[in-house]
Amino acid sequence: MQTEEMRLDGNAAAGMLRELFVRDVTGAIATCRLCGNVAPIGGLLEYGHQMGIVLRCPTCQGVVLRLVHASGALRLDPSGMSLLTLADGAPVS
Amino acid sequence: MAITIAAIRGVSSGIRATRDVSEARAVAAPARLEWRVAHVVSVRDETPHARTLVLDVPQWPGHRAGQHVDVRLVAEDGYQAQRSYSIASAPESPNVELTVERLDDGEVSPYLCDVLQPGDGLEVRGPIGGYFVWEIAHGGPLLLVAGGSGIVPLMAMLRHHAAAPREISARTAVRLLYSARTADDIIYANELGRLAEAREVDVQYTLTRTAPADWTGHRRRIDRPLLEHVAWPAAEGARAFVCGPTPLVEHVATLLVELGYDPLQVRTERFGPTGP
Repeated sequence: MQTEEMRLDGNAAAGMLRELFVRDVTGAIATCRLCGNVAPIGGLLEYGHQMGIVLRCPTCQGVVLRLVHASGALRLDPSGMSLLTLADGAPVS
Repeated sequence: MAITIAAIRGVSSGIRATRDVSEARAVAAPARLEWRVAHVVSVRDETPHARTLVLDVPQWPGHRAGQHVDVRLVAEDGYQAQRSYSIASAPESPNVELTVERLDDGEVSPYLCDVLQPGDGLEVRGPIGGYFVWEIAHGGPLLLVAGGSGIVPLMAMLRHHAAAPREISARTAVRLLYSARTADDIIYANELGRLAEAREVDVQYTLTRTAPADWTGHRRRIDRPLLEHVAWPAAEGARAFVCGPTPLVEHVATLLVELGYDPLQVRTERFGPTGP
C-alpha cells in the first residue's frame, strides 16, 4: 500500500495531542524549523504508526513533531518546530 | 462580643470569596479529555455498508460541526484497538451520532456495524479536533466535497446549517458535491434530498462505478471540469471542506487551489486509503 494513501491530517492526531496539551492545538500555528512554512497543526500531514504519530510539513515534508506513547511514557519531540502560536480565545476543544 | 461577630463575618466572607474564586477557576479550566462509557440508544442502517450509532454520552460537553471522537475497544486479553469517527449529528442534537462504514478487513468497524446493539456500552472520548470545524457564525458561502463516508462530518455541518434560524441560514449558501461508488452507497440520501428542497443547499452527486439507467447526476470521478461546474468561483471567497479517502481529498484540494481558492480556506480531512 502506498504511504501517500495512508497519510492523514494533523487534525486526526487531536486526541493524542490532548493527552499532553490541556487545550486543543489543531488550530495553533506551527512554524517549520526546516523551511519556515507556517501552518495550523491540523493542516500538517499525519503519518500514524503503532505507537504514535509523526506530523510533517506540507511544504518541505520535514518532520515537525513526533508524539510517541511507549515504555510507559508519552514523549514529544518538537525539534522540527521553531514556534507554536495558539491564539487567545481559541476554543478549548 | 461585637468584635467577635465582625471577625467571624470577616472570616466567613473571606472563605466565601475564596470559594468563589476557586469555582471560577474550575469553570475556566479546560476539562481533561477523558474516556467515557457511552450508551447505545439506537442503531440505524444507512446503506448496505454503513450504520449510524445513536449514543448518549454522559457529561457530553457539546461539540462543533466537523469534530470527531475516538472509540476504544478492549478485548478480554487486554488488546486495545482505537479509531477516530466523525460526529454526524448537529451540535443542536441531544445525542451524539456516529455513522460508521464497515470495512470488511477492519478491526473495529465490523464490531460497530454488526455486533453492537442498543443498550450496549461503548468507550469514547471527545469531542476532538478544532481544525476541521464550521460554525454558522463563520458564514458562507460554503463548499462541501465528500467522497464515500467522508460525508459524515459534512453532514454535521449541513444539519447545523439547517438548525439555524431561517434568516441566518438563508444568508449562508451551501453547495455539496458528493462522490459515491453507486446510488446505493449514498448515505443520508433522503435527508439530503429534503435539505436540497427546503434550504439554501445545492446537492450534486457523482457516481464512480455504476449508475441507474435514470440517473440524472454526474457519472465520473471528480475532475477539474466537474469542480469548476459545482464550486463557487474563487472570487466569492468560499470556505471549502473536503473529506474522504486520502487520494480524493488531495486531488480535490489541489484542484481547488488551482482554481484560485486560498489554501488556508481549504480544510481537509483525509480518511486514509479506503473508499470509492
